[in-house]
Amino acid sequence: MSIENLIDDFSFLESWEDKYKYLIELGNALPRFSDEQKVDEWKISGCQSQVWIIPHFDNNHFYFEGDSDAIIVRGIIAVVLEIFKDKSAQEILDIDVEEIFDKLGLREHVSSNRRSGMLSMVDKIRFYAQSSLKG
Amino acid sequence: MFDAYKIRKDFPILEKKIEGKRNTYLDTAASAQKPQCVVDIMMDVYLNEYANVHRGSYYLSEKITNRYEESRKLIKNFINASSEREVIFTRNATEGINIVASCFGMDNLNANDEILLSTAEHHANLVTWQQCAKETGAKLIYFDLDENGEFVWDKFINKLTSKTKIVAVTAMSNVLGTIFPIKEICKEAHKFGAKVLIDACQFIVHDKVDVLDIDCDFLVFSGHKLYGPTGIGVLYAKYDILEKMSPYQFGGDMIEHVYYDKTIFGLPPQKFEAGTPAIVQAIGLGEAIRYLNNFDINDIKKHEQELTKYTTLKLQEVDGLKIIGNAKNKGGVFSFDINGIHPQDLAFVLGKEGIGVRTGHFCAEPLVNKLGYNSLTRASLGIYSTKEDIDILIETLYKAKKFFI
Repeated sequence: MSIENLIDDFSFLESWEDKYKYLIELGNALPRFSDEQKVDEWKISGCQSQVWIIPHFDNNHFYFEGDSDAIIVRGIIAVVLEIFKDKSAQEILDIDVEEIFDKLGLREHVSSNRRSGMLSMVDKIRFYAQSSLKG
Repeated sequence: MFDAYKIRKDFPILEKKIEGKRNTYLDTAASAQKPQCVVDIMMDVYLNEYANVHRGSYYLSEKITNRYEESRKLIKNFINASSEREVIFTRNATEGINIVASCFGMDNLNANDEILLSTAEHHANLVTWQQCAKETGAKLIYFDLDENGEFVWDKFINKLTSKTKIVAVTAMSNVLGTIFPIKEICKEAHKFGAKVLIDACQFIVHDKVDVLDIDCDFLVFSGHKLYGPTGIGVLYAKYDILEKMSPYQFGGDMIEHVYYDKTIFGLPPQKFEAGTPAIVQAIGLGEAIRYLNNFDINDIKKHEQELTKYTTLKLQEVDGLKIIGNAKNKGGVFSFDINGIHPQDLAFVLGKEGIGVRTGHFCAEPLVNKLGYNSLTRASLGIYSTKEDIDILIETLYKAKKFFI
């Protein structure tokens, strides 16, 4: 799976029902977090559901794990993880997430309404990338 | 004759399509929509009558000062205050509570004193007192509601002591809908020498507020929940208390005379309205009240009570749905949980059908957590809400259930 494939898949989905069904499918494919992983350290504040993101840094590249108690949100996390998979810190900072969500037809989910939007998890990922650059 | 369908026509936004769907606005408890007349008057003032208030003696300044002060008079009559001097314009209800906490609380509370709140207060009437308690050393005490969200007299009275200096309670919970017996609370608190602040944000939209009858010492509400603009709210306080309170902020418009080495402050409300106020918003709020004055409050109340009954029945029919807050005397606020559906997921689906509901903790995080949830969904009613709004909500809840479960 790549972002291009995802954009392609989503372009065939017209109704919100189909888009959300697909998101739920993507979310279901993510491994669920254990209670040990669902700790405050990895919790993203500012979401209306509980969201956890764990960063991993290997060979100068990041990959992330994520989970949420809301199933559409978990699907959105799956998309976000895909977007930032195997990227260097600089690559992460250069990615225009809004543009990708726009192409996916999910723009409202990265809206400036941070409380329902997913921007805070993207912000957190960027924060990890930024921090690694500062060393 | 009260006709919600006719009233809807006064609110242009309700006629607009949301994502191609009928606008089913069920988030009035967060903020109400505005009638055309409120928008019109604000536009008109900016286009034709704008100047600063309380300053010049030229035509526009006099005219707008009159309008601004007329708004204060409308509010005074609306809540039956003794005088316009008891009506202070604020940014919102939160600022009103902050003024009381800073200018009354800080000066009058000591380490042995207690501030009594209900466990159902939203953050505005909680965090403010938490901070005030922290700084004065006073103790924050909470009285509980019962498991249905019902106000229980004994639970309140048990926490009220001679140490209680301030009782700060909502008149209607924004999560549970519970209506508090504010008049009785004031009467009892006064016996112990405590002052009472009523947070009337939710209540004032649904029922008559008569501050003389309630006999509260302070009462706050926001304009935007009362079909008026954002950026304006009201703090009512008894005049003799206001007179003794220190100012909140300092600067222009709150003074009588300024010398290089000292300042003589103006009288209330001037003393609490430093700087250029939210002039046009205040006028907008006055217009919202003029609009509401077209109706008999009892008709509004009756309409909302009928719709509350209808909504409760319909929600109860949804399998797996639990209404949080089942007080006998409750307003049109319905927090609920559907077994197996996360409120955030539900809100996504409702949103796609043009339905605006609130999800999360509704700025009352401790209460929602205490009830055993991280997040809930809330639908709330306004003057323009109809059975159709509820039918569409219910229909979509069934759809969501099918989709998720």
